Amino acid sequence: MWLYVIKRLLQGIVTVWFIATATFFAMHNVPGDPLLNDRAVTEAIRANLEAKYGLDQPIGTQYLIYLRNLSQGDFGISFTQENREVNDIIREHFPVSAILGILAVVFAAAGGVLFGALTALYRNRLPDYIIMFLVILGISVPSFVVAALSQLTLVTLNSAVGTTVLPVAGWGTILHMLVPAMVLGLGTMAYLTRLMRSSMLEVISSDFVRTAKSKGVPPARIFAKHQLRNAILPVITVLGPAIAAITTGGFVVELVFAIPGLGRYFVQAVQQLDYTVIMGTTVFYGAFLVFMVIVVDVLYGFIDPRVRLE
Amino acid sequence: MTDTTSADFAPLHEQREVHTISRPSLSYWQDAWIRLKLNRRALVSLFIVIALLLFTLVGPWIWRIDSAFQDLDQVSQPPGTNRGALVVEDYQPWFGDRFLAGEDLRLVESGTTQAVRLQWDALDGASGHRVYRNIFPVGPERAYGIPLAELLDPETDYFEDRLDLKPGRYYYSVVAIGPRGELLDNYQTIEVSVQRVTTVTEALERGLVDDASDLQVGDQIDLIWHPLGTDYLGRDMLARLMAGARVSLFIGIGAPFLFVLFGVAYGSMAGFIGGRTDQLMMRFADFVVALPFLLFMILFKIAFGIGPGESGVFPMLVALVVLMWPATARLVRGQILQIREQGYISASQLLGAKTNYLILRHMIPNTLGVVLVTVTFAIPSAIFTEAFLSFIGMGVAPPTPSWGSMSNEGIKTMLTTPHELIFPAMFISLTVLAFNLLGDGLRDALDARMRNTE
Repeated sequence: MWLYVIKRLLQGIVTVWFIATATFFAMHNVPGDPLLNDRAVTEAIRANLEAKYGLDQPIGTQYLIYLRNLSQGDFGISFTQENREVNDIIREHFPVSAILGILAVVFAAAGGVLFGALTALYRNRLPDYIIMFLVILGISVPSFVVAALSQLTLVTLNSAVGTTVLPVAGWGTILHMLVPAMVLGLGTMAYLTRLMRSSMLEVISSDFVRTAKSKGVPPARIFAKHQLRNAILPVITVLGPAIAAITTGGFVVELVFAIPGLGRYFVQAVQQLDYTVIMGTTVFYGAFLVFMVIVVDVLYGFIDPRVRLE
Repeated sequence: MTDTTSADFAPLHEQREVHTISRPSLSYWQDAWIRLKLNRRALVSLFIVIALLLFTLVGPWIWRIDSAFQDLDQVSQPPGTNRGALVVEDYQPWFGDRFLAGEDLRLVESGTTQAVRLQWDALDGASGHRVYRNIFPVGPERAYGIPLAELLDPETDYFEDRLDLKPGRYYYSVVAIGPRGELLDNYQTIEVSVQRVTTVTEALERGLVDDASDLQVGDQIDLIWHPLGTDYLGRDMLARLMAGARVSLFIGIGAPFLFVLFGVAYGSMAGFIGGRTDQLMMRFADFVVALPFLLFMILFKIAFGIGPGESGVFPMLVALVVLMWPATARLVRGQILQIREQGYISASQLLGAKTNYLILRHMIPNTLGVVLVTVTFAIPSAIFTEAFLSFIGMGVAPPTPSWGSMSNEGIKTMLTTPHELIFPAMFISLTVLAFNLLGDGLRDALDARMRNTE
């Protein structure tokens, strides 16, 4: 087991290196010049600036410097915001995105498991049809439309009640987080519901459930101990990619709800061609995702003993 | 022992029926088509997809309004608004009418979209006046609206508003200002309902009539018809939705087609060669999968660059292909590895089949079903990605319309003119829904493994 964890971690590091390299060369290819954005500079100032950011070096040297700095956890200094390190930006904005993401994942996983199990238990009856219809909607309607519609609903609700029941946008309290997290998790929840449904249907018709029924185990106990526990396993495997989808899908929700998260900051940095911030954020997100997938896979090994044997 | 007669040696008559096949043999695709036809949801989705393609390809031939044309008379009009206009005389300059009967703030003639003319008596203690316009009544909080003019001479007691007037109700206020330009407390307000008007010259210019003699002052004329309304720049929504469909569907169908092609080539190569090369190739695919998708979409898109005047469709296509091929490659490789071990391949080999024949006759046709299903599911995700990126302003560059960028423009005026958001959003949802359901149906129809579990 520990060998497996170490192997996965080493693979993860190589993957992060690949992400960093791809980011570096992609950014190097971006047309435009970061130092030309502002007012015209004289040759001397320009040379000094290039030297400061290491842009006067050949690309191979630049790449090596970049890798050395990365390995020490240094993402560099922002091009457009003076004296602000990329690390500071990440430290400031990532927690916001992370909280939103965690809430969304919790919401998606809990909803997906619950609704998926329900549809399987009520197969081909009314609850099944209603939930599956909503699932199809959840998969087909883009998140920005859901976000806009939920804002519209909130506006109507707040003006009908007369006070602010739930804030329409912004960040700060737990109330600000609820609706954005729900919107963010909705697509994943729909996907997980589908997965849970098919997995639950398989479990329901399995031998051990029939045995449990025939020896007289109460239905609630069968549901909790035999069906749910087994059906949940495939859902856990896709949780890694689901976390990835949710955290990177965050920018639209952050944009619509005016949440100061890293996603929104990334979009801003791209618009301003803030090279170091773009590169730093991408590599950071990539590393985060790689390790989230590893964590989920390892957890899966602890939960399902069958995987451990491999 | 019984005697054998000559009858025992009579030849048996042939029993032909034994060998006849009771039903005509079905090819794989015929069989799949029959299954698909039985699936009503998939069939409806297929019709929706065909309708969308017609809308995109044939639509612009029928609805010939240019998607970039700005109808400035009708900006942000929801569908079904009254587009009648009264034909009036050409605009004549006006410099107040002192002797107009009445008191306080009053309207000269009736308000039209050509001009709203106001006349008033100088307010008490005013060293000048400021004129405001609002779309709501002033109310106790003194919300006057947007300032239109500051008239520093107290003798100037008239004002003509020609600023971007739309048919509807306006509230004009005249507020007294003090000697230093500060607002005083006394004001007067008036409600004006503005009627849409046009002139003969304007109607000719806009192409509403062919000849000046067709139209007289006092006639009623209809402005250009916009069945789905107009957007915030007065562009026809229907024409824009068609043009946007071209972009969205081009990316949505083109990108999956290209990356599936690449994925099939890559995956089958890895599957065929096997061994170390296979391992290396698949390792590389794993790396590409690990790239955070949307971030790299944006990164690649800006790396490939958009020159001035370009729409950015091509960089987006390339970025999608670069990032999305590994899933297909993995799938096809798995399929090829599986098929290689199948009994019918060995049987075919025993009968002397050459490698080329095996590939063309067995391998490719047997992966085709899975590949087709992958393409169908890849289309909605590509459309989603395009919409998503255009929505955050990282996709197709304006003025090229796409459903995503139209939603982005529409969301800003969601509260006042929701149709600008609803139509593009509906098209995205409907397309994604149709392709998803069609994909489900195709998977059920084509995938042999799914078939057995039913």
